[in-house]
Amino acid sequence: MKRQFLTYILVVIFGMFSNFVQAERSDAHGHDEPAIVEEGHEVNEEIHEVEHDFDPGGTAMHHINDANVYSIGPVSIPLPCIVYVKGEGLKIFSSGKFEPGHHGNGHYAIDNFVLNGGALNRVSDASFPTGKIAVKKFGHKVIEIEKEAKDGSITTTEKDVSTVVLEDGSEFVLEAKSTLDGGLFGGGMTSWYDFSLTKNVVSMILVFIFLTWVFFTIKKAYKRNEGNAPSGIQSFVEPIFAFIQDEVSKPILGHKWEKYQPFLMSLFFFILGLNLFGQIPFFGNSNVTGHISVTIALALFTALVVNLSGNKHYWQHVFWMPGVPAFVKVILTPVEMLGVILKPLTLFIRLFGNIAAGHMVIVIFVALIFIFGNSGHSVPGSIAGVALSVPLTMFMMALELLVAFLQAFVFTILTAVYIGAAIEEHH
Amino acid sequence: MIILSTFDVLKPDPGLFFWTILIFLLFWILVGKFAFKPITGAIKKREEDIQSALDEARKAKTEMESLKSSNEALLQEAREERGKILREAKELKDSIVGEAQNQAKTEASKILADAKVEIESQKNAALAELKNEVGKISLEIAEKVLNRELDSGKNHEDYVASLVDQIKLN
Repeated sequence: MKRQFLTYILVVIFGMFSNFVQAERSDAHGHDEPAIVEEGHEVNEEIHEVEHDFDPGGTAMHHINDANVYSIGPVSIPLPCIVYVKGEGLKIFSSGKFEPGHHGNGHYAIDNFVLNGGALNRVSDASFPTGKIAVKKFGHKVIEIEKEAKDGSITTTEKDVSTVVLEDGSEFVLEAKSTLDGGLFGGGMTSWYDFSLTKNVVSMILVFIFLTWVFFTIKKAYKRNEGNAPSGIQSFVEPIFAFIQDEVSKPILGHKWEKYQPFLMSLFFFILGLNLFGQIPFFGNSNVTGHISVTIALALFTALVVNLSGNKHYWQHVFWMPGVPAFVKVILTPVEMLGVILKPLTLFIRLFGNIAAGHMVIVIFVALIFIFGNSGHSVPGSIAGVALSVPLTMFMMALELLVAFLQAFVFTILTAVYIGAAIEEHH
Repeated sequence: MIILSTFDVLKPDPGLFFWTILIFLLFWILVGKFAFKPITGAIKKREEDIQSALDEARKAKTEMESLKSSNEALLQEAREERGKILREAKELKDSIVGEAQNQAKTEASKILADAKVEIESQKNAALAELKNEVGKISLEIAEKVLNRELDSGKNHEDYVASLVDQIKLN
């Protein structure tokens, strides 16, 4: 029985990985295309020689990134895309139209949009044909961007960009969606915004529906069972409720704890639900709380609740700390004002870093099989890789389970601490 | 294999940000207000119920103890009361009996005295009558005797009467 089960798991694992390998080989085909020179660009193009070896870092990135398709194993579930293109307005369509294959690469380009690695990309080049166009492959190349400074000197910077190659061999530079990092992390404003129900949004909606159902059931149980000892699912969550109530809210928030309890519990269970949802094996492994947009949004709620409930003493401590000499106040005030921003900043970076890193490490541990097995060319290497990868991945997943609870708890308790500092009565 | 996935998770994406705000706000309002709030209330209420039940039990215990001691005091008091009542009853009884005895004694002595007086008076009356009768009879006897033997004279009668008076019956 046990042996059968083990065999089954091995078959599943190898089955999954054979998809990987096939995909790599098919991608490796036809990559000896001649250099295509694009005209009308201020850039100087040059085909970048792509390494054909397995790229664990890139794979890890691909797996933690958001996507416009929901992939469960080899199945890609299309998701609705809602995009806003500057000058063209709002467009709504399904990502199924691109007919995504392995790694979410769409086989067709539709009205300047393509599906590259699961993510929607746009070609802003005016010469790109509209309508449904067959895509040959996706690639990338290094372009040189010339920038003219104010004094007339020209500086050139090299940039690695994704491209799409059509059946006729023409290559176009892809534009990712607009991001608010100001180019700091390679993003920035582009010609379009993506408001799609992406994999992360869909995961959030699923978790939202599940949690709403669970907690409304529990609420009914509390109504039905009023004044009696908890039973059933109540007994499972009541220790968590009691823990947040007695160890977090009451000691930190004092007599006002009840006012903030729904917010703290919502935060805790929303983060915990998303953390755990991302860890269900073979279920998309969406990295929701490991995406900085999500954690920024959550930390924004914390910042709003903290600063909107801050009393006179809190603001006095921020702007003009009482009881210290004037010259110290001059130093303290900028520090305290910085602290108002830094508190939520640390919150979202901590949660994002922990969850994203956990997802990446798991992918990289699984990738050990391909590194050792030379992408399927060496079977003994693969076996060694499995022997190393399975225990490491299992350990990592157990650790991530702990981290899921820990980070949800840390986010909640720090939120409570910040609120507690903001509503503290004068002593 | 071409994967040029950059570290997209570090780039704040307005779309995902918007959806997170929307979904969390909805979750906070819906579940926070309509589930977490009543659940917190229910847990708090139950805690208070348990606490008040414990307090009440403690209170009942102390009350019972005080009741017990007061009961004992009451019992003691009742016992004392009983003794007092008994004592009083005894005293009353004694006094009543004594009084009755005294009354009876006086009554008896009075009756006795009355009887003595009556007897004395009756005796005197009887004696007087007897004397009269004896005088008469004696007179008759003497008359007859004298009639037969002597002429009757007054001196005789007086002499007889004096003789009769001299008779002392006791």
